[in-house]
Amino acid sequence: MFLELNNLLNTTPERAEQGKLTLLCDAKTDGSFLVHHFLSFYLKANCKVCFVALIQSFSHYNIVGQKLGVNLTMARERGQLVFLEGLKSAVDVFFQAQEKPHPLQFLREANAGNLKPLFEFVREALKPVDSGEAGWTYPVLLVDDLSVLLSLGLGAVAVLDFIHYCRATVCWELKGNVVVLVHDSGDVEDEENDILLNGLSHQSHLILRAEGLATGFCRDVHGQLRILWRRPLQSTSQRDQSLTYQYKIQDRSVSFFAKGMSPAVL
Amino acid sequence: MLDSLLALGGLVLLRDSVEWEGRSLLKALVKKSALCGEQVHILGCEVSEEEFREGFDSDINNRLVYHDFFRDPLNWSETGEALPGGPLGALRAMCKRTDLGPVTIALDSLSWLLLHLPCATLCQTLHAVSHQDSCPLGDGSPVGKVHVLGLLHEELHGPGPMGALSSLAQTEVTLGGTMGQASARILCRRPRQHPTDQTQWFSILPDFSLDLQAGPSIESQPHSDPHIPPVDPTAHLTFNLHLSKKEREARDSLTLPFQFSSEK
Repeated sequence: MFLELNNLLNTTPERAEQGKLTLLCDAKTDGSFLVHHFLSFYLKANCKVCFVALIQSFSHYNIVGQKLGVNLTMARERGQLVFLEGLKSAVDVFFQAQEKPHPLQFLREANAGNLKPLFEFVREALKPVDSGEAGWTYPVLLVDDLSVLLSLGLGAVAVLDFIHYCRATVCWELKGNVVVLVHDSGDVEDEENDILLNGLSHQSHLILRAEGLATGFCRDVHGQLRILWRRPLQSTSQRDQSLTYQYKIQDRSVSFFAKGMSPAVL
Repeated sequence: MLDSLLALGGLVLLRDSVEWEGRSLLKALVKKSALCGEQVHILGCEVSEEEFREGFDSDINNRLVYHDFFRDPLNWSETGEALPGGPLGALRAMCKRTDLGPVTIALDSLSWLLLHLPCATLCQTLHAVSHQDSCPLGDGSPVGKVHVLGLLHEELHGPGPMGALSSLAQTEVTLGGTMGQASARILCRRPRQHPTDQTQWFSILPDFSLDLQAGPSIESQPHSDPHIPPVDPTAHLTFNLHLSKKEREARDSLTLPFQFSSEK
């Protein structure tokens, strides 16, 4: 995890809030560093993590995780991490007989399906077990990413329904957290993606938005991060509602600085 | 104006955005209705019952009838616990009520309903629910006023559905704000009167009471610190911005090249 990002979010693995939905989005840049941050953050917080990884292979996340101080192989072996490797298991839908519906069963369906099998996979992975094993603190669902589900033929409402059920089960019933990544298509008119992004924004407690610089690529500033805390109007909290920082991604960390204050230009 | 929203019956749209959420205002209006002695029905699709009831004291909570469509709105659990007919069934059932008193129906949220139901069906049902008071019961006794409060997330819907709902609504409240201060733009259509358009600054107290305000407070506006005097930009320049009297006279008496004169 990135310690500077923890400072900006005013959180640590030991005292993270529970029952929250965090939305990660990226526009004109790659926001996957945020996914790696939260994966290592919640593993270090001793949470039971269900990671629905649709974009990269297990070894990719493992290699990056090791740079951030977590070993995904060991976490999976000791039962802390349940990993759905979308790239590999999507093939099983077609080539292996399943007794019950595969989590990615919608790939077989001709009509716009729903994600009920995927929700049942998540619910099964995160349900509390009382077998006396090392108790995990709370469950966490991480999804990388939701936009690819739209590309695979699902409607935005189907994906919103899936996240609704995940919120009801993971956040409300089990007092855990959900972190999802959605890409912002930006200028390209993609109504379904906009509905998904806006719908999730309304349900989220925290929105982290990584944006490329308006002026293009820069060697020393890779983008800017907007942090929006969604608090009810009647909240008496005096904390800032929205912050913007620029960042530079390094090999094992990400450094954040105020706009225009990159060490390269000072 | 914001505190008299419930004086008219009919449909009130609360249009919010990601930056300015509207659930707090919905809860504040629900509290007002409950304090007036009305029965209040909540169609809860987006947040859990605990989260919606949070912040209300027991007097208010006892007056709220919560229809829970958050836990299992699509009957995925197949346990038979889900309310029959779904949210639309519950809304239609409210059209057939038999008691006479005034009632408030809060839809949390209308956006959820609009994403899951055909727009025409939803509009017909909303019309039937919000106009019950104009159709007395079979025995001729008048029915109490019906208020329908619908929370609508602006960014989720296109101009077609938004326009259809706007045409059904008696009042539209659009949330916004500046510098941490929330505002509500209230568009009100009263029968046989011109529509009114007002903006009201407000805040919502922790117990969900409405606190109406005059405008963004002066302290929150960014301005220069009064202890530091304003800086004169013409001081300490390395060049001369001013003209001496002789220079001014010479400039004024200069003949411009395009002016005809007797010397030329």
